[in-house]
Order: sequence, then structure tokens, then C-alpha cells
Amino acid sequence: MLDVRDLTTTYGAVRALDGVTFTAPQGRITAVLGANGAGKTTLLRTLSGLVPAASGSARLGDTDLLTTPAEEMTRAGLAHVPEGRGVIAQLTVEENLRLGALGARGGGRKADLDRVTDLFPVLGERRHQVAHTLSGGERQMLVIARALLADPAILLLDEPSLGLAPRIVTQIFDLLRGLVDDDGLTVVLVEQNARSALSISDVGLVLDLGKVVVHDDAAVLVDDATLRHAYLGF
Amino acid sequence: MQQLTTTLLTGLTLGAVFSAFALALVMIWRSTRIVNFAQAPMAMVTTYVALVLIDAGASYWVGFVAALLSGFVLGAVIERVVVRHVEGKAELNAVILTLGLFIVLHAAAALVFGSRFRSFPAPFGVRGLTVGDSTIPLTGFGIFTLVSVLVVMGLLVALFRGTDIGLRMRAAAFGPEVARLLGVKVGRMLTLGWALASVVGSLSGLLIAGGGLVHPGYMDSVVVYGFVAAVLGGLESPGGAVVGGLSLGLTLSVVSGYVGSEVVPLAALLVLVVVLLVRPGGLFSTVHERRV
Repeated sequence: MLDVRDLTTTYGAVRALDGVTFTAPQGRITAVLGANGAGKTTLLRTLSGLVPAASGSARLGDTDLLTTPAEEMTRAGLAHVPEGRGVIAQLTVEENLRLGALGARGGGRKADLDRVTDLFPVLGERRHQVAHTLSGGERQMLVIARALLADPAILLLDEPSLGLAPRIVTQIFDLLRGLVDDDGLTVVLVEQNARSALSISDVGLVLDLGKVVVHDDAAVLVDDATLRHAYLGF
Repeated sequence: MQQLTTTLLTGLTLGAVFSAFALALVMIWRSTRIVNFAQAPMAMVTTYVALVLIDAGASYWVGFVAALLSGFVLGAVIERVVVRHVEGKAELNAVILTLGLFIVLHAAAALVFGSRFRSFPAPFGVRGLTVGDSTIPLTGFGIFTLVSVLVVMGLLVALFRGTDIGLRMRAAAFGPEVARLLGVKVGRMLTLGWALASVVGSLSGLLIAGGGLVHPGYMDSVVVYGFVAAVLGGLESPGGAVVGGLSLGLTLSVVSGYVGSEVVPLAALLVLVVVLLVRPGGLFSTVHERRV
């Protein structure tokens, strides 16, 4: 379980996160929603150690995330898929996947590579292709597969639907839901696309100017018309 | 005919040395986006390490290995202590820094080792081989030059393509932030990259020095040729650096043999200008991804 308390991150005088408190329950998807500049990406970057926190705490089980360097996160069980499909474009699909397995808690196993190519058959077909030849959807699959190879307890996903066709988004979201239901993975899903994100999430969290303004069951957020109009734009 | 073979074989060995030097530049450019002008004096310093040992009675091979090892250490220390501060900053900072290092290493070498010319031994003959009653203009040292450059390149390819550490190094170079999130210790990989590049640079320094004279400025012209070779190959591609080095070596040797050795620097400059005008991305430039 991810337990975040009073987390504050500043960029100079700007408080990008301002006392954020929430828990992401194990085996659930928590959607983090809000407008551009609300602090969603900063939240993930602070949790994974790419941006230092100003104050507060963030714990994953027994691990204090705020004192763990970014390069130790996969070994602590946290995988962060950054915004913009962070494939390493010059490496092949297989090399990207191997890289994910290298950071695994257990050291990476061959069987896992087979498991993700079962989940994403297209990656198996293209394993020797250089990653910059992949389509947007394939790249998103690659980064998710790569993150899964690290065998994470919690997966932080930043805007996986960005720029993808609705059909591909549905496919990726269904797959995520499957991983959570079958393997007990915990997911924190940052999304602009609130409607799709809430449709697969258990819990919704709305950020506005760095503060948590709503934190409730996803179903409650979907049903509350005022809330939807005010923050979610649908 | 004899002159043509001589010219080509000389060009090939010279080209192999340029390739090694260009490869060192490319390795550093790819991982840290820095053109390391200090590569030449770094190689000069490590050659002096070998020379000091050899003059003290050690065999050539002890000096050779010591030079490569000191290259590794020197590269790592320079990255860690000096270059780390300009990585990811404005490009001009790095240019000024490596130019500054160039001058500092020069001055330091002159102080420590003296600035007079000293002869450096070669492990193999520097005369042409004799087959039957004709002489092939390929020297034992020439063969050694070609073989050692090929071996080092083979080892680098094996390291980068075939090992986990090589994969981590490439990931750190191409996508530092993503690599960190995947558990790669990026800073350590960059240090290792500089250290290995410096080893390759040291090798080119030893090969240039072999059977010739060493002084604090003896590598200075090589930085120009090595840079031209690297640009010829596209600055991004290790394979391009090798092909660029060999083609430049052959070209300059032909110019030297048939036009005159005094126009060689001019010819190198001409090659550089033509490449930058016609194919600014180098001979092997690939289409780059553009992000909007």
C-alpha cells in the first residue's frame, strides 16, 4: 500500500504539490485526475525520486520513498512509466525489455520475458526491431511491459492514453485492469482522459493547484455531475 | 604500382589510428554530448606513463598495459571530478572546459615530463616485410596497429551489444531519465563510458608514438584528424567513426603520396568542409525522430 501524507513539492516559489495526503490501496487502481498544471505529473515524479519533496512523507510498505534514490525504486518495488512513452528509441524492443528485467527485485528471469510477450504478442513479433519504428500504441505497450518486467508492487503510469486511438486506449486499460485483478498489482494512473480512467479505476483523486480536492470511490466521482463539470470536463 | 601499395597500406594503418581516436570522441559525444578536445593531451599523458616505465627498464608490453590502465583511471577521474559539473548544461561550457583541460594537461606534462622530444620504442619492426626478393611496404608495427585497433573495436562491440553492463551504458547515454527509473546508475555508467573512451584514446596515442618521437604536443594534430574522421562518420555512430577514420587515412595518404605532404592538413580541412556542406549529418546519417 502506498501511503502519502502532507506531501509538498516546490519549484522555486511555486507549490506544485501542496500537502497532498492519500493512500493507494493494494490491488486497486487509483486514478489521479485534474487539469493541466494541477500537479499530477509532479506527484508521480516526487514519488519516484526524480523531483525532491519539500516536506511530508511517502511510504511504500516499509520503504520510505522520499529517501530512496530514483535508481533504487525498481528494487523497492516501484515502477514509474513517465509521460510521453519513455521508450529508449535507439534500442531494440528486446533490449528495452531486458533493461526492465535488469532492474527487477529478483534480478530478472527469462520466463518473465515470455510472459510479457504473451501479454503483448506484438512485442514478441517485433522484438528485434529498433523501438523508434514502433507505433504510438506499441510504444505504450512496450513501456508497460518493460515496467512489469521489474516485477513491481506498484505501477505509476503517467498519461498512458496520450495521443492514442480510443480503441488502443481501451485495449491498454482492459489489460491493466486484468493485471490488477489477476496479479494484485497496485496502480496509480494519472490521466487527462477522466472518463476512461474512472471506468477502470477503483478510487479517484482530483488535484487542483497542487491540493487534493476530491478523494472518493471512482463510482461516486462518475455519478456526481457537479464534480464532473467542475473538475473533470465531462 | 609499388608507390600505390605503399600509399594505400600507409593510409590504412594511419586510418586505423584515426578510427580509434574518432571512436573515443564518438563514445564521449554519444553519452555526454561533449566534444572532448582534451582527448589528445589525455592520450599524450598516458603515453608518457608508458615511456617513463620503459625508460626505467620495463618491457614495452608493461608500458603498453600501464598506459591503457592509466587511460582508464584518467578518463574516470576527469569525468567524475571536472566534467560532471557541465554535463547537461550549455554546450559552450563543455567546449571551454575541455579546451581548458587541453591547455592544463599540456602544461602539466611539460612540467612533469619535460618538453624535449623523446623517442618511443615500437614492439615490432618498422621496416617493410620481405617476401622473396621484394619488399612489401607493410611493417610489423603496421600490422600490430591494425590488429590492436580491430581487437579493441571487437571488444567494444561485444561489450555494448552482448553484456548487461553495455546495455545499461547505452540506456544511460540514450535516455538517462528513463534509465534511472529502470534502476540504472546513470552517473556511474557515464564515468565508465569516459574511462573506456579514454582507453581507446590512449591506444591511439601509443600507436602514433610507436617508433617515433614523443613531446607534449605530439598528439595535437591527431585531434584534428580524429575530429574530421568522427564528423565524417556522423559523430553519433561508432561504426561511422571507424569507416570515417579509414577513409580519411587513405585520402590523406594519397594526397601525401601524390600531391605532397605539406598539403595534408589542408586536405583534411577540405574533407571536413565538404562533408559539412554536403552531408552535415555525416556519411551514415539516419533520419532523426522529431518531436512536436
